[in-house]
Amino acid sequence: MKLTGAQIVCESLAREGVEVMFGFPGGTLLPFYDTLRHYPQLRHILVRHEQGAAHAADGYARATGRPGLCCATSGPGATNLVTGIANAYLDSSPVIAMTGQVARPFIGKDAFQEIDITGITLPITKHNYIALSAADLARIFKEAFYIATTGRLGTVLIDIPRDVFIEEAEFHYPVKVDLPGYKPILRGHPAQIRKAAQLIDRAKCPVIISGRGVIISGAHQEIRELAEKAQIPVITTLLGTSSFPENHMLSLGMLGMHGLAYANMAVTHADLVIAIGMRFDDRATGIVSGFAPKASIIHIDIDPAEIGKNVRVDVPIVGDVKHVLRELNKQVTNQTHVGWIQQLEQWRQEHPSIDIRGGEELLPQYVIRSICEVTNSDATIVTGVGQHQMWSAQHFCYKKPNSFISSGGLGTMGFELPAAIGVKVGRPEETVWCVAGDGGIQMTIQELATMVQERLAIKIAIMNNGYLGMVRQWQELFYGRRYVATPLMGPDFLKIADAYGISALRVKKRSEVIPAIQRAMEHDGPFLIDFMVEPEESVYPMVPPGATLAQVIECPKRKAAVPSTSGTVSNI
Amino acid sequence: MTQPKHTIVALVADRPGVLNRVASLFRRRGFNIESIAVGRTEMKGVSRMTIVVSGDTATVEQVRKQLDKVIDVIKLSDITDEDRVDRELALIKVKTTPQNRSEIMQIVDIFRANIVDVAAESVTVEVTGDEDKISSLLNLLRDFGIKEVARTGRLAMTRGTVPT
Repeated sequence: MKLTGAQIVCESLAREGVEVMFGFPGGTLLPFYDTLRHYPQLRHILVRHEQGAAHAADGYARATGRPGLCCATSGPGATNLVTGIANAYLDSSPVIAMTGQVARPFIGKDAFQEIDITGITLPITKHNYIALSAADLARIFKEAFYIATTGRLGTVLIDIPRDVFIEEAEFHYPVKVDLPGYKPILRGHPAQIRKAAQLIDRAKCPVIISGRGVIISGAHQEIRELAEKAQIPVITTLLGTSSFPENHMLSLGMLGMHGLAYANMAVTHADLVIAIGMRFDDRATGIVSGFAPKASIIHIDIDPAEIGKNVRVDVPIVGDVKHVLRELNKQVTNQTHVGWIQQLEQWRQEHPSIDIRGGEELLPQYVIRSICEVTNSDATIVTGVGQHQMWSAQHFCYKKPNSFISSGGLGTMGFELPAAIGVKVGRPEETVWCVAGDGGIQMTIQELATMVQERLAIKIAIMNNGYLGMVRQWQELFYGRRYVATPLMGPDFLKIADAYGISALRVKKRSEVIPAIQRAMEHDGPFLIDFMVEPEESVYPMVPPGATLAQVIECPKRKAAVPSTSGTVSNI
Repeated sequence: MTQPKHTIVALVADRPGVLNRVASLFRRRGFNIESIAVGRTEMKGVSRMTIVVSGDTATVEQVRKQLDKVIDVIKLSDITDEDRVDRELALIKVKTTPQNRSEIMQIVDIFRANIVDVAAESVTVEVTGDEDKISSLLNLLRDFGIKEVARTGRLAMTRGTVPT
C-alpha cells in the first residue's frame, strides 16, 4: 500500500513506540502536522520556542531512557533547535530531531526559510540525514532510532523536504538495520576484565568515579555491588550525581571544580581509580597532569574514543557499564580497606566543605537542603547551569537513581525549565523540582506557557540573587571584584507567574523556606517560589581553573581576597 | 619539529556528504590532514579513502577512534607499519625550449614517467610513484621552470593477500 511521506513518518514513529513529541509547526512541516491529526497515540506538545522542544526531548530522554523526539520547521525553526541538540549530544542523550526542509527543487537556492541544517548539525549529532525521497523515510527512521539508542547514546537529526512529506511510496518498516560501519561493543574484553579485577584486589586505596554512563546503562545495582564487595568509596561526577545513593556509607559525593574537598583529596591520594562511564572532563579532573598522580587507572566506557583521550589509562575496558560490571563483580574478591576508609572519614571530619552558616540570612544552600528535607529526597531535581546547579548537586541528598538531571557538557543556561517539562511528561507521578537561577530562567521563561497548557505540576525554585551568579563569582575571585555585566534586573517573578496562571510565593527569610516548600508540595498544580537569596554567596569548595584537584579553595572568610593558587589562572 | 606520518585507509559508504563528514571531523578536532584521496572500490556502494595524517601516536590513535565513530565509515586500518604499496600520481607542466626538450625527455625516461602533452613552450609529464620519487623528479625539473603541478595525494594498499 502506498502512503505519503508524512504518513510514513507517523507510522514509523508509531512502530518505534513514540508516545510524545515536542515541537513547533511551520510551513515546511504542515503536511506532517496535518497527518498527525490521525495519530492520537502520538501526543504533540507545543512549545513556545524550538530550543524548548529540544531541551524537553532531552529531559524526557534522560528521565525515561527512551529516545526523546522534537521537531521544528526549516530555517529559523531548525537553527533554534541547535543549542538543544548540542546539549543533548555532549551529554549522550538520545534525542531525535526532525526538521522540515524546503521542497527539493528549492534546495541550494537560498529559498525562503532554507538552511543547510544537516551541515550545521554535523558536529553535534551522532549521525544525521536528509531524506531525499519518501521511499527512504522508513529506513532512515529505523536507522535513526537504532543509532540514537545503542552504543554511546546520541542525537540524530532527520531533515525532510516539504515535498517528500507529500510524495507517495510503498511503506515497509524494516525489521533490521543494515549499517556495516556501526557495531557498538557491549561486552568488555574478558582478559581486560580479569586484569582489572586483579588490580582491584591488589589496591590499598582505591576509589570509584561514577559517571553518567552508570545512569544511562542502569547499572546502579552493579556499581553498588562492586563498591560493597570490595569496600571501595564512590565519588560521582556532576552528571554521575544520583548514580550511587548518597546516604550510603561509601558515598563520597562529587569531585571536580566544585566537588567536595575530601572527594578531591581521595582521588589525589588513591592508588587505584576505577573510572566508570565518565569521560575525564576538565571540570572533573582539574589540570590533568596533576590528576590522580599516584593511581593506576581502570577506565570502563562504551565509547572507545573516550579511552586515553584525556588521561593515560592502565586498563581500558570498552563496553556497556552494566555488562562489564556484572563480569567484574564475579571476579573481584571481598576486601575491607579499613585504613583507607578511616583516612577518608578523618578527611571528611577535617574538611566539612559544605557546612553552611547559621543565622537568618537566606542562603541558597539552605533552600536546597530544605527541598531535600521536605521531599525526603523523593523528587527529581532538574537544574540549569551556574551556582544553583552546583548547590543542587552538593546539598541535596540523592538516594534515588537518576534523580538529578542537569546540563553538564555544554553547560546550557535555560535548560532547566524545558527539561523539567520533558522530565515531568516522562515521569508524571513523580515530584519534579526545577531549580533555576534568575538569569537562566529568563532564557527560556516562555515555556511556562507550555507547562501550564499541558497541566504539568512542576515546582519551580528560583535562586534569585540579582546576578549572573557564577560569572559574578569568577569576577570576584579572578577579576578584582569588577562586576561587569553581571548585575541582573529580573522581572517580578510573582507577576510573571500570575500572568501565566501559576501560583507563586516570594521568600526572603530562612524561616519562611520550609513552609513555602510545603505549600508548593501541597498545591495541586505548578508552583513557583522566588527565593531572594544572599546576592554575593559563592560556591565552595572550588578548584580554580588551571589548578589541580589538590589545590582546592575551601570556604574562605567571606569577602576576603582569595590568593591565587598557581599563577596559571586562565581559560574561563 | 616534523611529526611522523601515518597512513590510514578507510572504507566508507558511498553516500553524498561522506567526504565532508570525514574532513570536517579532522578540522573540528584540530587534526592535520596531509593528504586525502578518495575513489570507488571493487565493492558496490563502498569507497576507499587513503588519509595521510601527521602527529604523535596518541594523536593518531585518537584520529582513528574518532573516525571509527563516523557511522558511514565501514572499516578502518592504520597501515603505517604494514608492508605496503604507496603510490601518488602527479602531473607536472615544465617550461621547455627547443634546446632542452630532449634533456627533459631523458630525465622523464629515467623516471619511467610519460609525457602526456607537448606544446610549443611546455611539456606535461605524468608520473606515478611514491612520494620520494615524485619529489626527486620535481627537484630535477625545477631547474627548467615548473609552470603547474597537480598531485593526487597518496594511495596505499598492503602487499600480499591481507586485505586492508
